[in-house]
Amino acid sequence: MASEATSGTTRRDFLYVATGAVGAVGVGAAVWPLIDQMNPDASVRALASIEFDLAPVGVGESFTITWRGQPIFVRHRTEAEIAEARAVPMEDLKDPATDLERVVEGKEQWLIMIGICTHLGCVPLGQKPSDAKGDYNGWFCPCHGSHYDIAGRIRKGPAPLNLVLPPIEFLSDTIVKVG
Amino acid sequence: MSGNSSYNPTGAVEKWFDERLPILRFSKEHLMDFPTPKNINYWWTFGAVLAFILVIQIVTGIVLAMHYVPNSELAFNSVEAIRRDVNYGRIIQGTHAVGASMFFAAVYIHIFRGLYYGSYKAPREILWILGVVIFVLMMATAFMGYVLPWGQMSFWAATVITNIFAAIPVIGDPILALLRGGFAVDNATLNRFFSLHYLLPFIIAAVVGLHIWALHVPGNNNPVGVEVKSSHDTLPFHPYFTMKDLFVIVVVLIPFAWFVFFAPDILGHPDNYIPADPLLTPPHIVPEWYFLPFYAILRAIDFDMWFISSKLGGVIFFGGSILVLFFVPWLDRSKVRSGNFRPLFRPFFWLFVLNFLMLTYLGAQVAEGIYVLLSKVGTAYYFAYFLIILPIISRVERPAPLPASISESVLGKAEASGEKGQ
Ligand code: HEM
Ligand code: FES
Repeated sequence: MASEATSGTTRRDFLYVATGAVGAVGVGAAVWPLIDQMNPDASVRALASIEFDLAPVGVGESFTITWRGQPIFVRHRTEAEIAEARAVPMEDLKDPATDLERVVEGKEQWLIMIGICTHLGCVPLGQKPSDAKGDYNGWFCPCHGSHYDIAGRIRKGPAPLNLVLPPIEFLSDTIVKVG
Repeated sequence: MSGNSSYNPTGAVEKWFDERLPILRFSKEHLMDFPTPKNINYWWTFGAVLAFILVIQIVTGIVLAMHYVPNSELAFNSVEAIRRDVNYGRIIQGTHAVGASMFFAAVYIHIFRGLYYGSYKAPREILWILGVVIFVLMMATAFMGYVLPWGQMSFWAATVITNIFAAIPVIGDPILALLRGGFAVDNATLNRFFSLHYLLPFIIAAVVGLHIWALHVPGNNNPVGVEVKSSHDTLPFHPYFTMKDLFVIVVVLIPFAWFVFFAPDILGHPDNYIPADPLLTPPHIVPEWYFLPFYAILRAIDFDMWFISSKLGGVIFFGGSILVLFFVPWLDRSKVRSGNFRPLFRPFFWLFVLNFLMLTYLGAQVAEGIYVLLSKVGTAYYFAYFLIILPIISRVERPAPLPASISESVLGKAEASGEKGQ
């Protein structure tokens, strides 16, 4: 006993630390559910995917659907718009991506994006023919003035990234699955 | 500040009580007899105004919560029902909504008072820091309250403000999911905001308690910034300052009542009377007026800096504009508290006030042309004032001579020394 006491660390020190450690783990385990309950719940997570038909959308038209409570922009681009998107030099882009990287090969006319500005989350204008389309003929976010081009790439304004692409899959020629 | 207790329990019951729970003694010392500098001016009444408005918000809020429904399908209509159907609901809801604006008007006056008279300086640093904590809690409370009516501005304010957290590298996205409880702002978000909007005012009340505790250790600062030297410099809080505070509360109630009765919606945005639509952002979203200066700072950063994107940059400056307030006691090194004796400080201070008003104006304008440039200039001055100007002038400035005591500043030298001779 006496030699143990002088050596600095004692059984008692060990027990203090061990008790403290178990206590900390216990508190952590009790607090975690109280925090995690704030994360998206099972009913929200279950809305994982949707399917829709592109057939009714004419060339040059757009429409918006909802996926996980977020707007999905679908645009049936004209030949001229595709050509315009491809002609943009990479040096002009803040978040460089070729037009081909943003569409499904063989389906270049269909641009399908999450319609949420990558700045602070407003829904950009440009889906309706009467909307402002910004300086690059695509979409314009009115909140703080971000301009997106006809491939949904950020060209001007505070948004840091291109409009995000959701996971999509063509189930047939016109049926698309998002999610 | 004990030792000035004049509490003498009269009678056996009071004495018995005092020995067990000296709450009457405490109240007498702190709410009635507390020695208060006799020269404090009307800018010192806004603390009491703030306490009064906090009580109004809590009382009207609890009543609103008896009728409000925190559900994304029902919330909008439940607020409309409060305004139309509930007995006196129009006035109670109006008081709560206008009360938030009055609260911020009062807190800005209170903060600028502190900045001018150097009330943040030793030994009042903790008092000041607690004040900034209250300010941050107020902003969180008002933001979440504004979301509750679930109009277009509610929804898009919630979207934009929660998105601010997503700019934080690595942990941003998990925080965003945690705040919203979904992939977008939705019913889950509304529910938790209601819960927290109910909670935070009580946390504010607790911090206000600490704030006043920290005030009652050194006592009030005053317009000349010279510490209290003797009992000649002070008057008891009651009735001298209770009455003065009450007078100002009545004066503040005049515009308050005018808004509630005649223009309850004028301080809000008409778009908030359109129910929330997650697929349609209003063409021009603006926060409530009291957030505009900080919103202007957020938007002013529309360019990348080194590896920091404009989005993260905006958030850093936005957060920094409030965080910097915590450090003011150490940024301003001048020993002289009151701006009245600081000739070099004064013009920069008033420029800061004007600049803050300009930022308020700019926050409501569209982010285009000259407004963007002015926002950048305003943001630069806001930070320069705290980080460059205050540290430098506190070194180079030659302050005007200070009066020897508060009494001397009030009565003049001869009279004050005469008083001492008595
Ligand atoms: C720190 C004090 C408080 C502030 C600054 C504050 C601020 C606000 C604001 C700005 C609104 C939106 C009003 C509108 O635009 O219509 C609101 C709504 C609301 N608040 Fe508060 N509030 C406070 C305290 C409380 C308390 C203590 C409760 C009690 C539960 C409460 C309950 C409510 C309810 C139910 C609503 C929704 C009804 C409405 O929109 O008027 N508030 N609050
Ligand atoms: S949210 Fe689109 S520009 Fe800010």
